[in-house]
Amino acid sequence: MPALLRRAAAAPVWARVCGGALLLLAVLVAAKGPHDAAQTTVNGIVTGTYFALGAVGLALVFGVLRLVNFAHGDMLTFAAYMALLFSMTLGLPIVAAMVVGTLATAALAVVSELVLWRPMRTRRAGGFQLLLITIGLAFVIRNGIQLFAGSIPRTLDVDVTTAFNLVGHVRIGRTQSIAVVVGLIALLLVAVLLRATRIGKEMRALADNLSLAEVSGIDTQRVILVTWGVAGALAGLAGVVSAAAIGVMTPNFGWLLLLSLFAAAVVGGLKSAYGALVGGLLLGLVEEWSTMFVDSRWKFAVGFSVLILTLLVRPTGLLGRPEVT
Amino acid sequence: MIPLAFSFQSFAHADFWIGVGIVAGIYSIFTLGLQVNVGFTGILNFGQAGFMAIGAYSMALLILKAHWSPWAALPVATLIAMASGLLVGIPALRLPPHYLAMATIGAAQIVQITAQNATGFTGGNEGLIGFDAEWQRIQTWLLGKLSAVGLGQQYELPLFLVTWLSFLVLLVVLRALQHTPWGRVLRAIREDEDAAAALGKNVYAYKLQSLMAAAALGAVAGYLLALNVTLIYPQSFSADFTFIGFAILVLGGLASYVGVALGAILLWFVLEGMRFVDLPLAADKIAALRLLLVGLVLIAVMVFRPQGILGKREEMVIRG
Repeated sequence: MPALLRRAAAAPVWARVCGGALLLLAVLVAAKGPHDAAQTTVNGIVTGTYFALGAVGLALVFGVLRLVNFAHGDMLTFAAYMALLFSMTLGLPIVAAMVVGTLATAALAVVSELVLWRPMRTRRAGGFQLLLITIGLAFVIRNGIQLFAGSIPRTLDVDVTTAFNLVGHVRIGRTQSIAVVVGLIALLLVAVLLRATRIGKEMRALADNLSLAEVSGIDTQRVILVTWGVAGALAGLAGVVSAAAIGVMTPNFGWLLLLSLFAAAVVGGLKSAYGALVGGLLLGLVEEWSTMFVDSRWKFAVGFSVLILTLLVRPTGLLGRPEVT
Repeated sequence: MIPLAFSFQSFAHADFWIGVGIVAGIYSIFTLGLQVNVGFTGILNFGQAGFMAIGAYSMALLILKAHWSPWAALPVATLIAMASGLLVGIPALRLPPHYLAMATIGAAQIVQITAQNATGFTGGNEGLIGFDAEWQRIQTWLLGKLSAVGLGQQYELPLFLVTWLSFLVLLVVLRALQHTPWGRVLRAIREDEDAAAALGKNVYAYKLQSLMAAAALGAVAGYLLALNVTLIYPQSFSADFTFIGFAILVLGGLASYVGVALGAILLWFVLEGMRFVDLPLAADKIAALRLLLVGLVLIAVMVFRPQGILGKREEMVIRG
C-alpha cells in the first residue's frame, strides 16, 4: 500500500486529478447506489461542459492580459438573449439563432477590446481601474438586457421534454446531449488551436511572458484581439448551450454563473486554458454530486466552497504554476 | 386653493428627499469601509455587502431568537461581523489582489445563499421583522422633540438624523485614526508592502485589521438599512450593493473620507431624481436603468478621472 501511494504521488497532476475523481465516484456509488451516482454524473457532465466553455474564455483573457473579467458571465447572458431575439423577432431557426448569438458575443468582445481595453492599455491604466471597468461593463450588459427584455424568465425554443435512456433509468435530455457534444467538440477545437496553430502558440507565449513575446517579434495587438474573439465566442457558446440545457433564463443568469466560472478557472490554475477545461468539468461534477447530499439550492455555495478550498490548499490551482513576477 | 396644493406638494417632496438622504447616508457609512480597504490599505474588498448582511442578521437574530436587548445585540453583532472579516481574510489576504476580489465576492455570495435557504433560521426570502421595537420608541420620542420646532410631521427625520450623526462620528474617528501610527502603517502598506514589511511591520495582520474595520462599518450600515426598511431579507444584500458602493467610492475619490459622502449624495440624488422623469417603463426596467447608470458611472470615472472628484492621483495605488 505505501508503495502504491508513493507511485500515486509521483504521477502527473492530471492523472492524480482523474484518479481522485474516479475514487470519489466509487465512494458515491457505494454510498448512494449506482443509479443516483450515475444520474448525477451525467448531469455533472452537462453542467461541466458549459462551465468549461465559460471558464476557458475567462482563463484565456486572464492568461494574456492578467485581467479578471467580471463581465464574462454577462457575455453568456448576452449570447442567450441575442439567440432569443433572433429566433423570436426575426424568425430564424433556433440553431441558426444560436450561432448568430455566439458570433454576436465574439463581436462584442472584439469591439470592447478596440474601443475600451486597447485605449486603456495605451494609457497604462492600473489593474484596479481595469477591474472596475469590467464590473461597470457587467452592470451595463446585464441591466441593458433587463431594460429591453424585462426580468421575467424566458425560454429558448428548444425541445426540453424528449430524453434518452442511457442505461438502467439514467436519463439525459435530447437537447442536453446535443449541448454536451457541441461543447466538447468546441473545447477540443480550442485545444487544437492552442497546441497546433501558430496563433495558438503565440497566445501561449503571451500568457507566459508578454514583454518577452513582444520583443521576439509577435504582433501582440493582433494576438490579444484574437484572444478576445475566441474568449467571446466561447462565452457565447457557453451562454446558448447553458440556456438550452437549463431550459430557462433570466437577465442575471450569467452573473450568477460567473462565480462558478471563477471557481472552475481557479481550480484549473486561472491562466491555464487546459486547467480551466478540467476545472470546469470537475466543478460541474462536484456541484451535481453534491445534490445527492444537500438541496440543489446550495449548488452555488458548494462550487464556491471548492474555490475557497483550492485557494487554501493549492492557490496555484491543479494545473497552474506559481506566478513569476 | 393653489397655495394649499403647493405647500402640500412641497411637504411631500421634503419627505421624499429626507428618504433619499437616509439611503445616501447608509451608503456613505457602507462605503467608508471600502475606503479604509481600497483607499487607505490598497486591498480589494468585493464582499462588503456580505459583512453588512452578517451584521444585520446577527443583530436581528440576537434580538428575535435570543431575546437580547438591542443595546447588547448591536456591539455583539458588530463583533460577529468583524470575526467574519477575519475568517474571510485569513485565507484570502495571503493571495494576489484578484484572488482576494474573487474570494470576497464568493464569501458574500455564500452569505446571501445561506440567508435565502436556511429558512428556519433567517426566514428565507420572507425575511425577518419585529426587531425594531426599541427603535420605534426612540423614534416616537425624537418626533415629540421635533414637533416642538414644528417638524413633528417629518416621520423619516429621526432616522435621517441618526444616520448622518453616525456618519459624522465615524468620519471623525476614521480621520483621527488616519493620523495615528496605525493609520500611517496602513498607508505605508498601500504604497509599498515590501518596504513596510522590511521595517518590521506585520503587513498581513494590518491587512486583517483593515478588513475587520470595513466589516464593522458594513455592519453599522446594515443596522441602519434594517431600520429603514423595517425588514431584513436576502435581496437587500446582493453584490449589487457592494458595487454601488464602489461607484460611490470612485466618484467621490480614493483616499478621501469626505469624498465618500459627496459621492453617495451625488449618486443617490441622480438615481432618485430619475423618479421625477416620467418614464413609460415597468418597475423592473426602471430598476435596470438605475443599475445601468451605476455601471456607466463606474466606467466613465475609471476611464476619464480615475482619482474621482476629491481623490489625488498619487494616492491611487492598488496592484490589481
